[in-house]
Amino acid sequence: MEINQSNVETTIEDPNFLPKKKSPRLERVKSLMVKLVTNKMSLVGGIIVLIYFVAAVFAPWIAPYDPLGIDLPNKLQPPTADHWMGTDDKGRDILSRIIYGSRLSLTVGVVSVLIGAFFGIALGLISGYYGKFVDTVIMRIIDVLLAFPGILLALAIISALGPDLINVMIAVGIFSVPTFARIVRGSTMTLKKVEYIDAIKALGASDFRIIFLHILPNIMSPIIVQGTLRLATAILTAAGLSFLGMGAQPPSPEWGAMLSDGRTFLWSAPHVATFPGLAIAIIVIAFNLLGDGLRDALDPRMKN
Amino acid sequence: MTSKEILKVRGLKTHFKSGKKVVKAVDGVDFEVKEGETLGIVGESGCGKSMTSLSIMRLVDEQGEISGDGVYFKDQNLLDKSEEEMRSIRGNQISMIFQEPMTSLNPVFTVGEQISESLRIHQGLNKSEAWKRSVEMLELVGIPSPEKRAKQEPHELSGGMRQRVMIAMALACNPSLLIADEPTTALDVTIQAQILDLLKKLQSEFNSAVIMITHDLGVVAETCDNVVVMYSGKVVEHTHVDQLFDNPLHPYTQGLLKAMPRIDEDVDELYAIEGTVPNPDNLPKGCRFAPRCPIAKDICHEKLPELTPLESGSKVRCFAYTDEWNKEESQNGDINKEAAPSQGN
Amino acid sequence: MFIFIVRRVLQTIPVLIGVSLVVFLIMQMVPGDPAVLLAGESATEEQVNQLRSQLGLDQPLYIQYFDYIKNVIQGDLGTSIRSNRPVLDEILVRLPVTIELAFWSIVVTVVLGLLAGVISATKQRSLTDVSIMVAALIGVSLPNFWLGLMLILYFSVQFQIFPVSGWGTFAHIVLPALTLGTSGAAIVARMTRSSMLEVIRQDYIRTAKAKGVKQRYIVYKHALKNALVPVITVVGLQFGALLGGTVLTESVFAINGLGRMIVDAIRMRDLPLVQGSILVVSALFVLVNLIVDISYKFVDKKVDLN
Repeated sequence: MEINQSNVETTIEDPNFLPKKKSPRLERVKSLMVKLVTNKMSLVGGIIVLIYFVAAVFAPWIAPYDPLGIDLPNKLQPPTADHWMGTDDKGRDILSRIIYGSRLSLTVGVVSVLIGAFFGIALGLISGYYGKFVDTVIMRIIDVLLAFPGILLALAIISALGPDLINVMIAVGIFSVPTFARIVRGSTMTLKKVEYIDAIKALGASDFRIIFLHILPNIMSPIIVQGTLRLATAILTAAGLSFLGMGAQPPSPEWGAMLSDGRTFLWSAPHVATFPGLAIAIIVIAFNLLGDGLRDALDPRMKN
Repeated sequence: MTSKEILKVRGLKTHFKSGKKVVKAVDGVDFEVKEGETLGIVGESGCGKSMTSLSIMRLVDEQGEISGDGVYFKDQNLLDKSEEEMRSIRGNQISMIFQEPMTSLNPVFTVGEQISESLRIHQGLNKSEAWKRSVEMLELVGIPSPEKRAKQEPHELSGGMRQRVMIAMALACNPSLLIADEPTTALDVTIQAQILDLLKKLQSEFNSAVIMITHDLGVVAETCDNVVVMYSGKVVEHTHVDQLFDNPLHPYTQGLLKAMPRIDEDVDELYAIEGTVPNPDNLPKGCRFAPRCPIAKDICHEKLPELTPLESGSKVRCFAYTDEWNKEESQNGDINKEAAPSQGN
Repeated sequence: MFIFIVRRVLQTIPVLIGVSLVVFLIMQMVPGDPAVLLAGESATEEQVNQLRSQLGLDQPLYIQYFDYIKNVIQGDLGTSIRSNRPVLDEILVRLPVTIELAFWSIVVTVVLGLLAGVISATKQRSLTDVSIMVAALIGVSLPNFWLGLMLILYFSVQFQIFPVSGWGTFAHIVLPALTLGTSGAAIVARMTRSSMLEVIRQDYIRTAKAKGVKQRYIVYKHALKNALVPVITVVGLQFGALLGGTVLTESVFAINGLGRMIVDAIRMRDLPLVQGSILVVSALFVLVNLIVDISYKFVDKKVDLN
């Protein structure tokens, strides 16, 4: 007994996949939005992400206090009506610092993912499209990058470049390259086999044209999904580096650094370490939700 | 007609609900199997024959809802049994062989372990007794050097071998009823014949009744005593195997037989029944075969015919065998004349 | 199978060479002259030059790299600037602590992850399933350094069940292992769940049901053993994230392991020590991946025939 599954979407791995013209693509974006909104989890994730971005952009208008304003008489205050999240050891308002901190964390996240995506996509496209020797070499390089466990590669890079938020972006960006490269390579290899690419080649299109006009636009779905999930990892990694003192330096209101400051007062004023950690956890959860939702919407076969 | 009925299926229904749609995979099936008999169930894929067998075993997915007047096995209604009681029947009194020998064995256990499992569950044998018996069963199903084979994992065995293992597993506890769901479909032609021979031989040895589910009329001719023809979740004909080939009653059965290639006749073009099986979530109002039936009259599109017993002992679900038929205006001709096959243009 | 193992072992050699090259090159990127750095502020230019040629720093880069590799193969990872002891000795003192922490964290990851994943899969779409999956989502998203602090806050400071920091007894291990193992457990739980749901649909599970096997045995015997196959790879990959995570966890719990030593060495700009320990930890990870890959192939051979 086979129940008909008529609404299975075509994806790039589907050999029958054919790219659609502009207006259907707009339709697809629309239907994607509908799917994301109907999926409650990804809707929640999207709303949280939106709130964080709004907080980051409008920080000076939203934050009740100066994030760097020292007020020693009011130091280490627990949450009160005046200071919703309390104050730190220099009397600075933690809520204001967290709001300003969203600028740092989101910037680091987005920039590092863009760096990782740029190089990863380039390597993946070249590797997947040309194959053979080029592919072998690039994949060996990727293997080497993946051989560094977790945060260690970023740490090694920071140790050379020096502790600084810009260097964190570079380090975390390089840390993201392998993931993008592998996904793009796989999708490119699948797409390259599609007959229509052969047809375009036969028409005399250059490799450059084929890669950027015909392959790249059609592998955007997995890139977007991975980019969103990667934002979560990037923010976590960057916060971890700052926690270790390898990223943003005091008095910068970076969440990881704030958390590190709070350790000293874990006994007397636990709120100082608690709230920055929550801020990190919530945005990471949100990006993960959004990424999972995007994957379900763009690639129905991954669903469970 | 003297032997006892071991299985009596009455009004069996299995419906799948997905959203607002209800897929009627099995929709009121009646038949019975006598002791030692081999009953064939034939029909196209999607007619509900496999689902019928899974429903008897109560192995349908959670979404599928089984209902009906009863599935009486040795006069006990299986539909009333608890899950625990069903478990003690499965693999013990009723067992099953599936279509895909390549995927029906668990890849991470040796075949000996998998046969032993039934024996240990149902006959309370200890590990070494069960193993010994498993090796005997492997020998019985014609697997050479069974001692060695028992220690192997499924991936080390060919498809035919695996199906033999499945048979050994199914017969290990000496079941009264064996359900074989397309047991040879996935196998090579030469292996098919061997497996069918083996099944026949073991059936007489173990004296089990067999339900042989197949779409292959050749298998039916070779193994079955009686045949149930299913179409779109319903039994359309229940007859003796000789009757089926000599005097098919239902227009659908006639079509099936015509669609079967014959060695003794030289045919340029194979016959195919026009149209397709109706969508199980959107069934026609009248007889389900009516839209494809070469002799359908108005009544066929309006009313669903009953499964009617004839004097010959066969049963058929077709108005052409009822009194109502002659009252109807004739459209395409009469059932007794050659039902006109539409060939080409 | 033997050929596969040999090939897989040989494949790790270029990776290890690549790793050493990357580590070597990163250290070359350090701004400033290492000879000046080593000789100290007060050294004369002559002293610096002498040190430079003594260390071979006046040689072309590739010669320096080959010298470096030659030394590494002989077990000489250089000398720590701060302690003046061989880097290898420093590492060997700290390594057992980190390996112990990593071991118990992997235990947390596997046990917790498998249990949660199996329960989730067997109760698909129930409240339990949803709760476990939400917990898993939170688990992968929590910064582990924060989780560690919160665990200290509640279990050490408020309820005083476990010691705040330090190393030595089993009680010391519990919180760090939970901290480090949680995100892996969450990932393993997700993977196990989807793998189990996939396996439960297989024909051989239907066969087991048709044999009259009890539901419990179907889940834990027939299904789980098959579902474990893809989980093995995930656990292997998690081991990498986990090794990296020791850097943070050891800092939070003040454990004197390799991770904390790396952080301290970076702070002190003790580059030979940084270089050596990153090399050793990466090599360890490559080795673990090798073992995982081979064992995966071993299990997969049975499962993936068609």
